[in-house]
Amino acid sequence: MMTVKVNGEPREIAPGTTVSVLLEGLGLHPRLIVVEHNREILDRTSFDATEVRAGDSIELVHFVGGG
Amino acid sequence: MSSQMVEKIDAVSLDSSFVIADRTFRSRLIVGTGKYRTNDEMVRAIEASGAEMVTVAVRRVDLDRSKEEGILHHLDPERYFLLPNTAGCYTAEDAIRYARLGRATGMSDWVKLEVIGDERTLLPDVAATLDAAKVLVAEGFQVLAYTNEDVITALRLEDVGCAAVMPLASPIGSGLGLVNPYFIREIKTRLSCPVIVDAGVGTASDAALTMEQGVDGILMNTALAEAKDPIRMSLAMRLGVQAGRLAFLAGRMPRREVAVPSSPVTGMID
Repeated sequence: MMTVKVNGEPREIAPGTTVSVLLEGLGLHPRLIVVEHNREILDRTSFDATEVRAGDSIELVHFVGGG
Repeated sequence: MSSQMVEKIDAVSLDSSFVIADRTFRSRLIVGTGKYRTNDEMVRAIEASGAEMVTVAVRRVDLDRSKEEGILHHLDPERYFLLPNTAGCYTAEDAIRYARLGRATGMSDWVKLEVIGDERTLLPDVAATLDAAKVLVAEGFQVLAYTNEDVITALRLEDVGCAAVMPLASPIGSGLGLVNPYFIREIKTRLSCPVIVDAGVGTASDAALTMEQGVDGILMNTALAEAKDPIRMSLAMRLGVQAGRLAFLAGRMPRREVAVPSSPVTGMID
């Protein structure tokens, strides 16, 4: 296992985990989520191909109520 | 007047639509989606407001699922045009980052830009707002910029290519109403792009008074969400906006310091 940061919190994931697999493991629907990988916004079409590496920082954001 | 003619007289038919960037709006009321007690209440209040455009915030997904799910579970983006904001950002860099995240949802390239300068007043940092606006406009965003009621900053924001300029009526969430009608009028007079008053409107008379200054629309959130009855208040605001708009178009009578009788002064009996 390796440690990555997801939304500011450390998480243990298996080496080779892709962004798609990470989202699936968290029960998140990729269509409603925007992913920032090491401060770069990831295009949805590259979720399958992008592997998360040890020490990476992932931000998962979506729309919430606001003014 | 025939009853048929009477039926045709309603606020929408007597007003024109207005255009921001490439989109046409019939409703001059834009509403936020924050701070409602329940999602159901929010949805019903937005429906009652008649708004076509609603603002949303960009935040981390709650991975523990202890809090609410995303707003898209409750609001249909086919029905409402969603305007992501950069609320909570205190630097141009953060606001740009949030704007890009909002656009990455794939809905549109519109953003309500706000860069806050101070926690107590939530007044905008106008220098940082201008810096962020320049970058975002260059990246192809349609920028609707929240700002204070300063005409010079408003002009600069228009100069750098903002699609709309959004001066405040009074501080965010204050409900103090329109504190500076003169400057709001001046901004509307001087700018060619749409002027939307954003923040501070507290009740329907504030909305009417604001629209009477000739601005293109109003954006509000707290006045609806914190009303005892948000659905009634949303309808009241919708009517207030329409009343103010029609009064502006109609042109008010002059103020006089003396009374003038409304009935004939001749033809009185002895």
